[in-house]
Amino acid sequence: MPDLGLTHLAAGIGAGLAVIGGGLGIGKLASSAMEASGRQPDALGDIRTSMIIAAALIEGVTLFAEVITIILALK
Amino acid sequence: MIFDPGFVGASNLIAANAGSTAPDTVMSAAASSSSASNGTWIIEHVADSHILEFKPFGEIHLPQFPPVHIGGMTIDFSLTKHIVMIWFAVLLLLIFVQAAMRSYRKDRAGKKPLVPHGLANALEVVVVFVRDDIVLGAIGEKGKRLLPYFLTLFFFVLFSNFVGLIPYTSTPTGNINVTAALAIIAFFVIQISGIVDHGFVGYFRGLMPPHIPLFVIPVMVIVEILGLFTKPFALCVRLFANMSAGHIVIFSLIGLIFIFHSIFIAPISIAFAVFISLLEILVGLIQAYIFTMLTALFVGLAIHQH
Repeated sequence: MPDLGLTHLAAGIGAGLAVIGGGLGIGKLASSAMEASGRQPDALGDIRTSMIIAAALIEGVTLFAEVITIILALK
Repeated sequence: MIFDPGFVGASNLIAANAGSTAPDTVMSAAASSSSASNGTWIIEHVADSHILEFKPFGEIHLPQFPPVHIGGMTIDFSLTKHIVMIWFAVLLLLIFVQAAMRSYRKDRAGKKPLVPHGLANALEVVVVFVRDDIVLGAIGEKGKRLLPYFLTLFFFVLFSNFVGLIPYTSTPTGNINVTAALAIIAFFVIQISGIVDHGFVGYFRGLMPPHIPLFVIPVMVIVEILGLFTKPFALCVRLFANMSAGHIVIFSLIGLIFIFHSIFIAPISIAFAVFISLLEILVGLIQAYIFTMLTALFVGLAIHQH
């Protein structure tokens, strides 16, 4: 199988790129949430809830990509 | 009961059974490349199988049943590792809830206790959290009739996530069939609660935003109908990927010892594996919360359309 190496390469690069995207997204989200809770400590609970939900959505998209890379790596 | 390898192939006949194809690819991958160091053993641990392993004490071959033909489909009702783990999780949950409920029963004098004590306190905190923060917060007063569903969902996902942390067990929610079943139930709960509230025609008409130009409507119909299905699909894949990813990372870290053939790697990789295992406790809790929260949000969106 001559193209097996390329598949693994693609899977590795894809996993890394997905993590960059997800990390940037969640990092941006967390920094905004920290800032918001610093400005308004009363709304801490609401901010945390909406932060977790948004983080889950970002993480979900990232995990789609990771599942695809795992499928690629197992081909 | 004797394990019959002939039925392993039969389980792959199930059309919608995505998880059962994983062992198949593992087998073919192992056959094509004879080296054992390509990580297939990790997938073997995460994937479903017909054997319960208790290394080094031996293994249990689960009873197998011949596949059943219903219409055009062939369905295999054989027991697998993850089914046994679901039963284990449900059993733990039943024991836990029954033990907690004892504090609400009448004592010998026939009086109900005024204040719950012991386990009931721990359970009550979680139940009140699910009721007030998740269901009432996302749906409102109308969510009260759906509260039993959300409590069942939350506790089932929570215990299923945590069962995988016990040695010799595996995570049932790390199997995409389990999460797909949960997502299908969530799909019907979302649609039916919307239809009950708005009527069949009213619900589907309400999916469209009001006052949009006429030429956008064909596009919007497609997008909205797709949106109905992508929400539960995302729920399904999110839980599956989160729960299997943690276990793959733990196995990979332990596998580093065998890749480097060195005992000096062991302290580092064990330390990281313990750290990831602790992280898994957090992830299991957060994923149960998120699955319930997002289902509640989608039900809330279906009930309050504008």
